[in-house]
Amino acid sequence: MKHTIAYNLMQVAFVLAFAPLYSGVLSRLKEMVQSKRGPSIFQPYRDLWKLFHKDQVISSETTWIFRVTPYLVFITPLFVTILIPVLTDYPLVFAFMGDMLAGGFFLALGGFFAALAAVDTGNPYGPMGASRTRMVGFLAEPVFMIVFFTVSFVAQSTIPYIVQQKWIASPAAFFSPSHVLLLIAFLMLILAEGGRIPVDNPSGHFELAMIDESKGLEFSGRDAALMKWGGQMKFLVLGCIFLNVLLAPWGLANTQAIAQVAEAVPLILIKLFLFVLVLLAIETSLAKLRLFRISEFLGAAFIASVTAMIVSIFFVS
Amino acid sequence: MPAQMSPPEALNTLSAGLILLSAFAMVATRQVQGVLRYFVIQSLLLAASCFLLGFAFHSVHLYVLGAITIVAKVFAIPWVLKRTLARELYVRREIQQVFNIPASLLWAMFLAIVAVLLVSPIMALTPDVIIRINFPIGLAGVLIGGFSLVVRREAIPQLIGILAMENGAFFAGIAIAAELPLIAELMVAFNVILIVVIVGLVARNIEETIGTTEAGALQELKEEPVPWR
Repeated sequence: MKHTIAYNLMQVAFVLAFAPLYSGVLSRLKEMVQSKRGPSIFQPYRDLWKLFHKDQVISSETTWIFRVTPYLVFITPLFVTILIPVLTDYPLVFAFMGDMLAGGFFLALGGFFAALAAVDTGNPYGPMGASRTRMVGFLAEPVFMIVFFTVSFVAQSTIPYIVQQKWIASPAAFFSPSHVLLLIAFLMLILAEGGRIPVDNPSGHFELAMIDESKGLEFSGRDAALMKWGGQMKFLVLGCIFLNVLLAPWGLANTQAIAQVAEAVPLILIKLFLFVLVLLAIETSLAKLRLFRISEFLGAAFIASVTAMIVSIFFVS
Repeated sequence: MPAQMSPPEALNTLSAGLILLSAFAMVATRQVQGVLRYFVIQSLLLAASCFLLGFAFHSVHLYVLGAITIVAKVFAIPWVLKRTLARELYVRREIQQVFNIPASLLWAMFLAIVAVLLVSPIMALTPDVIIRINFPIGLAGVLIGGFSLVVRREAIPQLIGILAMENGAFFAGIAIAAELPLIAELMVAFNVILIVVIVGLVARNIEETIGTTEAGALQELKEEPVPWR
């Protein structure tokens, strides 16, 4: 019991510590592909450090929503972290507090408040970005739901730890056509939710074209740092769900021994690095979609997930 | 489905999923070149399935079939198309369609579901994993290929639609009749290349006289060949 609480906190610490590195590695590699040198992979840490030591300016026009939002955006990925397998493949103490749907709702809660806060400031770019994020959000929501339903149908459970065990136990389910379709749908979902390239350009600085970034324009100092860190953690958490629950449920600690859990850390980092390479290939080979093509992109994800659901129902029965 | 599968069977299942995905990708792509690229990928997956099943069944036939597939569909057909219709393939960017992309994808999904539904009574009769995977996915491939044949208004994507139908039938066929005489398969392979050559040449002629291969633009009757645009 003590162990599992400690390991649960270790998972949270893992996500807190490595989320900036994950983004840093991705942006560094991206710059290298474009034949630039790029910032150091530790740059996100320095940015956070700098922002935490800056003064904060809050508009007097804003309400409590604006003040609460950074904390919510920061805390919700951590809540999801205690529900999903990050380091261990056996359920930890909080694993049964909520299922994957709860995880999705937590992430959506952070996004919802971020959009509210963007509208709250009255900055003309904020509401624009917020409404665009909502557009992407409501197109992504059904995909997430269907993926969730299919996975829980196949695994007969909604707890991520048990779903992950299912893929290990049954190679037939792992290699089934519905699993392939699910993976594609979820990957597209990660790209849309994380504001990555075919949907949004994370390194763009042009306010009119921003989707995800413009929500954070008004935050300064500690709030900006929390928003940034929260966004990075959300992206890492989505990557962890994709890798540890759906794509490659191997390399996690399967005993209570502390050595095993410690050993899992580098293995997960290697997996995440390989995933970063995949993201890199997507980001450098695709162009950002026009706004109204995004519905096509997520429509394709939706079709893939629904087909996965139907096919899995018929293949399982 | 049984919980345990041999590695070639499992990989064949994986390739079935990817074949279905590439069929969707062909429907979702706007560019002529993109459609051709996904067709080549699908054919490669098909060949991989042939080799895997050949390994599982210890059948030399299937190895030869895989080799024929690679030669005919991965090399010969794109080569012939590039020789006959290079301008259409490289210059034209977007394909005209009856439906927009999300609607055609919805139709494709519907067809995939129909395929699985149609096959499900047959699937109840056989415990064979490979038939249970290949037959519905192959049928879905046939239906989706036929669908893109209908909704696309361009010669080359229509041709690729026919070829995708053939791919689907082939994928179902290798599971059901693995011991089909090789001569029949050879004939099919040559037929496919011949279809591509004939359609390619006809489309090229049409393009030379009318200036386009857009099937949608060929509805009106004209007495003399005029440049269409």
